[in-house]
Amino acid sequence: MTTIILHGRKVVGGCAEGEALVTKDRISGWGGIDPLTGTIIETRHELRGQSFKGKVLVFPGAKGSSGWSGQFHIARLAGAAPIAMVFNEMTTKIALGAVVTHAPAITGFDRDPLEIIETGDWVKVDGDTGIVEITKKHKD
Amino acid sequence: MFDGKEGPAIQKAMDLLVRYGEALDAERLADTNNVAGTIGATMPFLRSYAAGEQGFDAVFSEFSLDSGEVLAIPPVKVFSSHLQQGFDPAHAEQQGIAPEVVKIYKKGGDYCAKLGVQPLNTCAPYLVGNLPVKGEICAWMESSAVIYINSVLGARTNAEGRESAGAAMLTGKIPYWGYHIDENRLGTHLIELDVDIDSVSEWGLLGYYIGEMVQEQVPVVNSTRQIGNLARLKHFGAAAASSGGVEMYHIVGLTPEAPTVEAAFGRNKPVATFRYGPAERKRIYQSLNSTANDTQVDFVMLGCPHYSIEQIWEAGRLLEGKHIHENSNLWIFTPRAIKQMADQNGLTKIIEDAGAFLMTDTCSALGRVLPKGVKVAAVDSAKQAHYLPAIMGIQAWFGTTADCVQAAVTGRWNGGLK
Repeated sequence: MTTIILHGRKVVGGCAEGEALVTKDRISGWGGIDPLTGTIIETRHELRGQSFKGKVLVFPGAKGSSGWSGQFHIARLAGAAPIAMVFNEMTTKIALGAVVTHAPAITGFDRDPLEIIETGDWVKVDGDTGIVEITKKHKD
Repeated sequence: MFDGKEGPAIQKAMDLLVRYGEALDAERLADTNNVAGTIGATMPFLRSYAAGEQGFDAVFSEFSLDSGEVLAIPPVKVFSSHLQQGFDPAHAEQQGIAPEVVKIYKKGGDYCAKLGVQPLNTCAPYLVGNLPVKGEICAWMESSAVIYINSVLGARTNAEGRESAGAAMLTGKIPYWGYHIDENRLGTHLIELDVDIDSVSEWGLLGYYIGEMVQEQVPVVNSTRQIGNLARLKHFGAAAASSGGVEMYHIVGLTPEAPTVEAAFGRNKPVATFRYGPAERKRIYQSLNSTANDTQVDFVMLGCPHYSIEQIWEAGRLLEGKHIHENSNLWIFTPRAIKQMADQNGLTKIIEDAGAFLMTDTCSALGRVLPKGVKVAAVDSAKQAHYLPAIMGIQAWFGTTADCVQAAVTGRWNGGLK
């Protein structure tokens, strides 16, 4: 079993592990997700119809409405939030969204997580140390 | 404030701002005296908090301060404006809102007054008296307003969220980051135009294109030939902030930080140059109309972002003496203060005599308010065309204001790229 380690910067502390859900599309909060189920609803999104509930969400960053944080805030209260967030592009939307989701979150990686993590991989996110540990689902 | 000497609510607000500032890796908090946010509780999920014993303090604590503990919320410390609400209480019946929800709205209005939050109740506070000046540090939500005040007015705000705006209302502080800082306001991408952008809908198509191309970067539109005005730039920015995450743009010769291409880019070199011509225009138009098949239009929605008085006057001229088709509906959205003017000079009457409605406070996508049984909408807003089908599961046509009014009058979509 191979594990890969990525190093990044803490956005929100804490530790969580679970299955990865990966997208190369940026995510809209308000109008892009159903916060009660964690489902992506944006019309042309590659993850349309899939839910990030209980997953380690791996994505480029946030886009769209400033309701981003509010939607992820509701998702947490509804029990439909991701358990951790791994992303590349820092914006106010995602920073505040990650803070109010109360889930460990990391950005600023030494290698691009979108190139390394695939949906279904087992991912451990340690927000305090900025370390992401990936166990691949498929052996290369 | 952080030590709790000003009370637990202020302490929680500072705690949130510090956590948020650390997440951003901001160097410090800045002072602000202009906050635009939302503290209402008309969304279904929030209503149960508002209905509880501790009412709106419970809503503010959780959804504006990220505090599960309910705190007594003091009046705001700095000038604060309320953005959109969930529905228009004067048209609750048309919007399918139950009387008990209208009660929550009224309770929320009283709470705003108690806290000293001004009830502009619009996505476009700059239409009704909140016009920040060049260089003013603001803490605003609402992507279409953020992009407008940064780019057109030269004010300085990031796209805040409900929680950071709420914390800023109580403290007058916000992380100093992003578009507060000179170098982050400089252009990154150059956009060259091969077609004239000469109407509100053309500005919307261009904005939607640019958002797709540059995502959250800072585009510079290189053209001194295009004439912008409030309605055009309002639509342009809203579109760019919907297809991408644009919060700042420059139009050479038009916006305040772009007297020349060189000034707009400063020390940056363009990362890429994109040309917007007939092929791009056609592709964007098709993309905005990709959810629509049925030409029978049962709903037309205008006023995203909220219409200015000029736009209401134009809609009034298109509608005068006409009548909305029996199988269709027309709703126009504007801030309350502007509706008051429309009431005063007879525009509301022209709209209502045609069988349409002039509504305030919300819009169809934000409030999820539609006439009963709607399947196919027509809109003159790229932003609304982007969001409405995803949120409400309906088809949406995008076209000019005249195309939309015609669809409301005939009940059929007859628009198209001209």
